[in-house]
Amino acid sequence: MEARAYIGAPIRRVEDRRFVTGRGRYTDDIVLPGMLYAWIVRSPHAHARIRAIRTEKARQHPGVVAVFTGKDMLDDGVGSLPTGWQIGPDMKEPPHYALAVDKVRYVGDGVAVVIAETKAAARDAAELVEVDYEELPAVVDAAEALKEGAPLVHDEAPGNLCYVWELGDREATDRALATAHHVTKLEFVNQRLIPNAIEPRSAIGHYDPGRDELTLYTSSQNPHLIRLLLSAFVLKIPEHKVRVISPDVGGGFGSKIFHYPEEVICAWSSRKLGRPVKWTAVRSESFVSDAHGRDHITTAEMGFDRDGRIVGLRVRTIANLGAYLSTFAPGVPTWLYGTLLAGQYKTPHIHVEVKGVFTNTTPVDAYRGAGRPEATYVVERLVDLAAHEMGLDPAELRRRNFIQPDEFPYQTPVVLQYDSGNYEGALNKALEMADYWKLREEQKRAREQGRLIGIGLSCYIEACGLAPSKVAGAIGVRAGLYESAAIRVLPTGKVQVFTGTHSHGQGHETTFAQIVAHELGIPLEDVEVIHGDTAEIPFGMGTYGSRSLATGGSAIYRALEKVKAKARKIAAHKLEVAEEDLEFRNGQFIVKGTDRAISFGDIALTAYVPHDYPEGLEPGLEENAFYDPANFTFPFGAHLSVVEVDPETGRVKLLRYVAVDDVGRIINPMIVEGQIHGGVAQGVGQALLEGAIYDRSSGQLLTGSLLDYALPRADDLPSFEVGHQETPCPHNPLGAKGAGEAGTIAATACVVNAVVDALYHLGVRDIRMPLTPERVWRAMRGLPTDGHAS
Amino acid sequence: MIPQTFEYKKAQTIDEALALLREHGDEAKVLAGGHSLIPLMKLRLSTPELLIDIGGIQELSEIREQDGRIELGALVTHRTIEFSELLKQKCPVLPEAAAQIGDPQVRNKGTIGGSLAHADPAADYPAVVLALDAEIEATGPDGRRTIPVRDFFQGLFTTALRPGELLTRVRVPVMPPRSGAAYLKFPNPASRYAVVGVAAFVKLAPDDTCAEVRIGITGAAAAAFRATEAEKRLVGKTIDDRTLTAALEDMVDPDDLLSDLAATAEYRAHLCHVLTRRALRQAFERAHG
Ligand SMILES: Cc1cc2nc3c(=O)[nH]c(=O)nc-3n(C[C@H](O)[C@H](O)[C@H](O)COP(=O)(O)OP(=O)(O)OC[C@H]3O[C@@H](n4cnc5c(N)ncnc54)[C@H](O)[C@@H]3O)c2cc1C
Repeated sequence: MEARAYIGAPIRRVEDRRFVTGRGRYTDDIVLPGMLYAWIVRSPHAHARIRAIRTEKARQHPGVVAVFTGKDMLDDGVGSLPTGWQIGPDMKEPPHYALAVDKVRYVGDGVAVVIAETKAAARDAAELVEVDYEELPAVVDAAEALKEGAPLVHDEAPGNLCYVWELGDREATDRALATAHHVTKLEFVNQRLIPNAIEPRSAIGHYDPGRDELTLYTSSQNPHLIRLLLSAFVLKIPEHKVRVISPDVGGGFGSKIFHYPEEVICAWSSRKLGRPVKWTAVRSESFVSDAHGRDHITTAEMGFDRDGRIVGLRVRTIANLGAYLSTFAPGVPTWLYGTLLAGQYKTPHIHVEVKGVFTNTTPVDAYRGAGRPEATYVVERLVDLAAHEMGLDPAELRRRNFIQPDEFPYQTPVVLQYDSGNYEGALNKALEMADYWKLREEQKRAREQGRLIGIGLSCYIEACGLAPSKVAGAIGVRAGLYESAAIRVLPTGKVQVFTGTHSHGQGHETTFAQIVAHELGIPLEDVEVIHGDTAEIPFGMGTYGSRSLATGGSAIYRALEKVKAKARKIAAHKLEVAEEDLEFRNGQFIVKGTDRAISFGDIALTAYVPHDYPEGLEPGLEENAFYDPANFTFPFGAHLSVVEVDPETGRVKLLRYVAVDDVGRIINPMIVEGQIHGGVAQGVGQALLEGAIYDRSSGQLLTGSLLDYALPRADDLPSFEVGHQETPCPHNPLGAKGAGEAGTIAATACVVNAVVDALYHLGVRDIRMPLTPERVWRAMRGLPTDGHAS
Repeated sequence: MIPQTFEYKKAQTIDEALALLREHGDEAKVLAGGHSLIPLMKLRLSTPELLIDIGGIQELSEIREQDGRIELGALVTHRTIEFSELLKQKCPVLPEAAAQIGDPQVRNKGTIGGSLAHADPAADYPAVVLALDAEIEATGPDGRRTIPVRDFFQGLFTTALRPGELLTRVRVPVMPPRSGAAYLKFPNPASRYAVVGVAAFVKLAPDDTCAEVRIGITGAAAAAFRATEAEKRLVGKTIDDRTLTAALEDMVDPDDLLSDLAATAEYRAHLCHVLTRRALRQAFERAHG
């Protein structure tokens, strides 16, 4: 019997049956005996001194068990939530307590927690907690925060400056721009986004006094890191006495990577009270308490020579970090952004300077793409606009600048060394799929009839699977960035796979099982993928940055190699031949050139019932691997969109979206396509719909619910046309690069380019995102587009 | 999200509901489809002590034709309106608007009475009932009275209903011959409520000029309103580009309009103009049959 070739097969996701039938088990589904419910009293002010907190009335409310404040936690020795990324030696890292102690710094900052027998009682009693605030002036805009006399968010950070970071050759870049034939300059706002995972965050602290053990259930992408931070830094209790379980997680987009105050509050209060304590966010709480994304103000200039070749790129960015440093926050607008500014082009000189700034807003951290969509936006908007300014076709200008397939590995002027790529190939494929030249004809004809059609391109590169650990250390990551895996073959030949990554919608249970079933030649049903429990999994760095397949999958592959090596020894013994005489095919070790064989199942049984067994070999068949990649992986692609703008109302309709992506070797094309679809939807969301708006004087989040914050919906989007190109990653055993963020990275610039393409002849060079109908209408009339409603 | 604790009573008849309202006064709220009230309660923006569920009052769930008019009970759901054969034939603009409300869940639960009584400035029906010159029937302790719809919407979430009154029925005319109506909505990309919604009604004279024109506008201001000035300018005219441009010029004053996250007053005024023009064209075409 031929074993199935699972790698490359579009298999339906095995986890979906449980998800679509409502049988997923999320943190909030867990009910423990004696469980209490926490409700967090949050600051209604953006900036205020806490004069006093009176909790007596709340304590007396029926059902209330305890009310704690930040001071209670501080007095008990609970530490500050650390950030995991150090940007330069001078980075300011003011304390971030789970509950504010003397000052609140954003609307939603926690000040007290009410813990009661029911959620309703906790909610009711929360209204009885009296907080005496002395309101202070607030600042929400990062550029404002840098101005003299701006309200100071932290005394520890004068001028609200967390760090200044730069990369590249300043002088060479200045020189290149000074002598350039043409310079395109733009000022961008890459607006703040609110992640909105469908499952709100949730945490349960469960302290077992008998064993002095703490279990934290949390909707996290990153359980091991949470355990490390919670035990060693915040609660200061032994790591081996803490277990973190992340059961099914319903989306995260990055927002569930980080260690959050509520995890600390539930864990600590459970230890205090000796009973489990659960907290689950309501949606309006998610809006203010989940880390936000993006929020850059950028000025960028790209210089070209007479032939349209890029000679230099200068970028100045002010990045809003929010009120406190979230876990990855400092690294996102720096190393994950500045290093990507070469894009797909041979830009000889690049210099980028980033100021990280504190404001009275929700902390900002990695959100799908994390730095890379912002970089792509800068590069692709500039290239596109430059093409218009120079009267060149945008595809042609890109072609003149692409790094060519024979130039890899390619060293950019901003640290990264690209591993492989065929950028022009991807663009050509996208143009072909879209029938680009015909589209241009149609655009011309439509314009003659008064219709405004626009075509946008976006050629992106992303760096995934931040690695190796040596590099991570060199750029200030306070952790290694390898991944672990364990393969446990059971006596019956069934296989458990333990991975340190964590699926929160990506379908790892299917993709990883495909790798294992393929390599061992066993049925997919015989493989179970287990993640999200620090007690079961050796270690892990979680899932983000499209790292899971390239690093986690490679770790699995390495563990499989060890399993196969040991199995080979057992097979050789059983078949009484030398190991070299065996080949492994279709789940069997076969003596080359004969029909003598032993199945993988028989070997598994032998390993656990080692009656007839190789001398000196340990029984059992279970192997671990830690995989530290040699480099990042560099997925890339070319996206094309077609829009129509209503000349009367400014409303943008997205007519077509073509995506050609090269994510390296594809294990499951259906899953990859799903990831591209979701990513594109999110990228389109940023371009046309989404944007967090804070009131500049009060610091209130005005887009604090789905009534005002527009997420993309099915009818905002056309059917996507997805194409693939497969250039394997040369340095990991799977050849995989990563697909989780590609769509988001490409789509935003792609759609904005299309809208500007539709309107350029009317004098429109740029429109502030999101491109709401009013903004587009204003742009068409030459009015400013940066006001609130517009 | 958790509302404040409340009592719940279910009324089987109009009289029972009125009696409960009389007894509990301000502390009570009527519950119809719950799709405006319950979200507010969950956010604790509304904290009634008693909910009087009128959802079981049979006689308020019917649509009937009577004396050249169609009478809709307050509890008729958006979905029933959307799919009503009677309305599709005799007053199709109402199903056209109903189909644009929220999503299927909202339409399955939400009621026309609830929507009109709630008087959300961005709700869809208000524009349509204004353009149709409908009548609202209110029933209170002193019996029934009829409120012409042009007097009904008085401000932000404010109507001509008196405390202790129920909105019991809505009456819309059967579309007369050589008439047409259309409802166009410019949805808020987040909430999908109307940033501006315009309903236009046109009845033609034998010479194909407009004999009657009514324009109802929702979303633009604190309360839905009629664009009476523009209506007057169009009577006796045919609908073409030039007449429309002249008639709709300055049809609304931005100073009277809302400015919020979704749109400035200036843009809303522009949308009123564009949508009215488009809605009138459609209504005019439909009137021609
Ligand atoms: C997600 C979502 C999207 C929506 N989108 C839209 C949209 O696009 N367009 C739109 O127009 N609407 C929209 N709505 C609102 C929806 O149409 C509501 O159903 C409607 O506004 C209220 O009707 P209801 O029957 O649900 O009233 P309820 O919520 O039960 O009541 C609303 C208010 O009216 C009072 N009331 C109800 N019935 C009566 C009565 N007979 N007499 C006196 N007072 C009464 C109640 O006491 C309450 O104060 C949306 C709602 C949701 C939840």
